Amino acid sequence: MAAVIPAALSTRPVRTAVPRATRDPAWARWLLTGIALLFLAGFLVLPLAIVFGEAFSKGVPYFLAAVSEPEARAAIRLTLLTVAIVVPANVIFGIAAAWTIAKFKFPGKSLLTTLIDLPFAVSPVVAGLLYVLVFGAQGWFGPWLIAHNIRVIFAVPGIILATTFVTFPFVARELIPLMQAQGTDEEYSAVVLGANGWQTFWRVTFPNIRWGLFYGVILCNARAMGEFGAVSVVSGHIRGETNTIPLHVEILYNEYNITAAFAVASLLALLALATLVFKSVVEWRQSHAS
Amino acid sequence: MSIEAHGIRKKFGSYTALDGVDLNVPQGKLVALLGPSGSGKTTLLRIIAGLEFPDPGSGRVLFHGDDVTDVPAGKRKVGFVFQHYALFRHMTVLDNVAFGLRVRRRRDRPSSAAISERAHRLLELVQLDGLAGRYPSQLSGGERQRVALARALAVEPKVLLLDEPFGALDARVRKDLRRWLRKFHDEIQLTTIFVTHDQEEALEIADEVVIMNKAHVEQVGTPQQVYDRPASPFVYQFLGNVNVLRAPALAEGRRRGRPEEAAPEGQIYVRPHDIEVTAHDAGGDGVSAIVRHIHAAGPHARLLLEQVQTREHVEVDISRSDLAALELTVNDLVRFRLRQTHSFDEDYAI
Repeated sequence: MAAVIPAALSTRPVRTAVPRATRDPAWARWLLTGIALLFLAGFLVLPLAIVFGEAFSKGVPYFLAAVSEPEARAAIRLTLLTVAIVVPANVIFGIAAAWTIAKFKFPGKSLLTTLIDLPFAVSPVVAGLLYVLVFGAQGWFGPWLIAHNIRVIFAVPGIILATTFVTFPFVARELIPLMQAQGTDEEYSAVVLGANGWQTFWRVTFPNIRWGLFYGVILCNARAMGEFGAVSVVSGHIRGETNTIPLHVEILYNEYNITAAFAVASLLALLALATLVFKSVVEWRQSHAS
Repeated sequence: MSIEAHGIRKKFGSYTALDGVDLNVPQGKLVALLGPSGSGKTTLLRIIAGLEFPDPGSGRVLFHGDDVTDVPAGKRKVGFVFQHYALFRHMTVLDNVAFGLRVRRRRDRPSSAAISERAHRLLELVQLDGLAGRYPSQLSGGERQRVALARALAVEPKVLLLDEPFGALDARVRKDLRRWLRKFHDEIQLTTIFVTHDQEEALEIADEVVIMNKAHVEQVGTPQQVYDRPASPFVYQFLGNVNVLRAPALAEGRRRGRPEEAAPEGQIYVRPHDIEVTAHDAGGDGVSAIVRHIHAAGPHARLLLEQVQTREHVEVDISRSDLAALELTVNDLVRFRLRQTHSFDEDYAI
């Protein structure tokens, strides 16, 4: 027997498996990488560079003046106010929706999941129009609102509502797959060990989703600041009152005030860059945490 | 604390998980809920724990005689170990074990020094004290299992419930850990129910085995009782290998004066090791058969015989020394006799 075994082993062909994909010819790899880089440069890096280039084309003092004149400051203030309301609201909604969908079984669950995606499917302009139809002067609640002297459309509440609608899915969409993957066993464990609902959430569920949640918040925040379509419909473009940063950029641009437009736009671009950096940090943290 | 369940029914939509199940677990016993997947055993365990509730009006769960059917899981004083342990992944082993004490209301909560001391003591009990600062992802399957056990024991449960406690472990660790669990149970004397689909596991360590099938309890008894006197064809087949023979196949054997072995119309159930094989030319009674296969790599030799008359196959386990004495090779002619058989009424569907 002892003599047979090595003989049998030696007849087995020795071959180190190399995955096919890594053996593509060099020219194919360089070509594909080159196309991807060229595309990135043309469609992402170049426009970004132009934004900053244009913004500072008349020097730093002009840039500072453009972003600090009263109308620009009002736009920045309104955008920050909107974000300060919309992001927390969508965090609360997103956690509640994701928790419900991921941890419980109930009739109508798939309908709720679909509804959460609705703002992604609907054009923001249509979303804005919906609010006009509901709250506008000729809308369903219009007469009642006018009678009570409440302004929704062409005022700050409308902007907040429209932004909330558009950014609705970000947090929930981020959390649902995460919570579904984590299952319910840890929560059940906590419950059997005597934890109440609040303790279960804060001590077990929340620590498991915090990075996913943070990621959702970053995306939600970026979109809330940058939203144009829906806000444009409901805002009424009242200078110094109902203009957000993107609307202010548009006005400046339409008035051929190109450099100022780019200066304000560069603020949004800066936000986008900061978001990307944040996102990479979060992703890095996540991959190292698990 | 004893556990009783009476008339438990549970449906998930149109699927019936439990259909009027009764269970009685005496104080201090180690009981196995054994059954194939989908038999309802895990659902029953979760109902006992309070993680699921029986269908309204269907049945009651009693702990030590007290009705706990409507008591929430956190107040039942049960320790539950999940199949995949469900350790809190962002907490250290020590924090996992201490969790049940830390979530208590302040007036019931021990001081943090006392909690940490108790957690350390429990980790010692499960032989893991050196790993208190690790995270669950840094532990092996067997270690996680024992952390889950320590965590369940931290709240001083009156009942311990284990869902497939060894299901996610590899064969070798499984064997060690189930012996350890038996020893552990003997030390702490806590009423314990564990769910398993592995009959070997249940028969080896349980005081009592509850065999479930298709939302019903098929049989309850000590491992020896259920193995030696199965109440139904299902139990017979579930607990180890069995030959199911058509009765007429043994006509030859019956003619030779062993009529009690076969019900005329029914089927005969016989375990491979309850069959005796002799050389054909030795004469005597028994059914003639041809050796079709010999599998001798193991503690016993397993023969596959083909009956000469009916061509029906029969599996037989004989000791390796018997095999050597018989000097059998494939295609030899032999006789076999059934030592111990079972038959069930024909209308008892399997």
